[in-house]
Amino acid sequence: MTQVEITLRVNGKVRTVSVPPRMTLVDCLRDMLRLTGTHVGCEHGICGACSILLDGEPIRSCLMFAVQAQGHEIATVEGLADDDGALSDLQDSFWECHALQCGYCTPGMLVASHALLEENPDPADEDIREAISGNLCRCTGYQQIVEAVKMTAKRRREGVSHG
Amino acid sequence: MKAAAFDYVRASSLDEVCRLLAEAGEEERKIIAGGQTLVPLMAMRMARPDMLIDINDVAELAFIEDRGDSIAVGACTRQRALERSEVISAKLPLVAKAVRNVGHIQTRNRGTLGGSIVHGDPSAELPLAVLALDATLVLRDVGGETEIGLDGFFEAAMVTNIEPGQIVTEIRIPVWQGTRIGTGFHETASRQGDFAIVAAAAQLELKPDGTIARAALSAGGVAPGPVRLKGLEAALVGQRADAAGIDALIELVDADIDPDTDVHATADYRRRVARHLVARAIADAAEEAGR
Repeated sequence: MTQVEITLRVNGKVRTVSVPPRMTLVDCLRDMLRLTGTHVGCEHGICGACSILLDGEPIRSCLMFAVQAQGHEIATVEGLADDDGALSDLQDSFWECHALQCGYCTPGMLVASHALLEENPDPADEDIREAISGNLCRCTGYQQIVEAVKMTAKRRREGVSHG
Repeated sequence: MKAAAFDYVRASSLDEVCRLLAEAGEEERKIIAGGQTLVPLMAMRMARPDMLIDINDVAELAFIEDRGDSIAVGACTRQRALERSEVISAKLPLVAKAVRNVGHIQTRNRGTLGGSIVHGDPSAELPLAVLALDATLVLRDVGGETEIGLDGFFEAAMVTNIEPGQIVTEIRIPVWQGTRIGTGFHETASRQGDFAIVAAAAQLELKPDGTIARAALSAGGVAPGPVRLKGLEAALVGQRADAAGIDALIELVDADIDPDTDVHATADYRRRVARHLVARAIADAAEEAGR
């Protein structure tokens, strides 16, 4: 099968890989770049587990082929934590609020919530629900996820450090 | 759930896209814009194109331009750009209301207006809005450009009247001139952002005496494609847009719809819900126009 060489910028690092055109971006991230933090669930744009940031905006990486990402800035859940591996304040809040159980949806939830807080530092409950409405969670009932996002926003506004 | 193999070309101009489409021969060549409809179809092997022509780098296809009596939108304009556009919310509030119901933020960041229209999903929101507003499509192929109306464009579920060699380049949406104009959009879905079971769009213009001067109505999920509710539109003109006035005429919705039963809802349920949602959309539009 034809392979195409592509250069991607992922979490600030430039990576060059050879992929067949039919390989989705999520498969490329996981199988070629070994960035397995991004999960792959339904593979047709329903569950949101594969959410990543493309040029700062959340998208579903199962609905984009890796060849299309050439030249774009990609951030995955691995890029949310600090370089030393310390969790971000949002990730800490997820932990503190028990906003995950099995963890399958968590990378997508984190990416979607991160993007929301970048755009809106003081979201109402409704805004948070809208922001994660494209992400399915089968464990938590969503309540704790909404709480975690709210807690992060509040702490950021009040300047409270986390950890 | 992986797409079948295909060749990939990242086009840099509209001329290149038209040439690649014209040279297809026996091959099936498909355009990929946002991919939010096409990629799932490919993953489920309901679509197996031999070649994908990526138009995301064709800069001339992404724009929102105010031309006074109409707004021109490039086919590859993201749904999220429509949602964020001040021109759209000021001049085309019906489109602004519809787009908020399209998928989720992650899909609106990639999905495009042109893609939503050419795929013709019977439950899609944007085709409803542009159909109600009498939008026209600019199509291009190697032979040149043509402009077509949407009458007859939505042939069947996921089938639209566009030739394999053609690409939609622009959607021209007329802007109603007047002061007493209002819009309404309602849908019912399992969750916010899911595919609509039934959706309804309304735009009204009121006369100074409060009666309806002009009505544009459409409904989705109630026929193989989005439909205009021409019977009800005509009957509403000259009527008062109050609850009693709307109630007296709402059964006219039935004449223009032909719902099917599927796993999500029965035909009868869709018919009943359509009446309610159309009535609500008209009521919202009348209230907005009366302010």
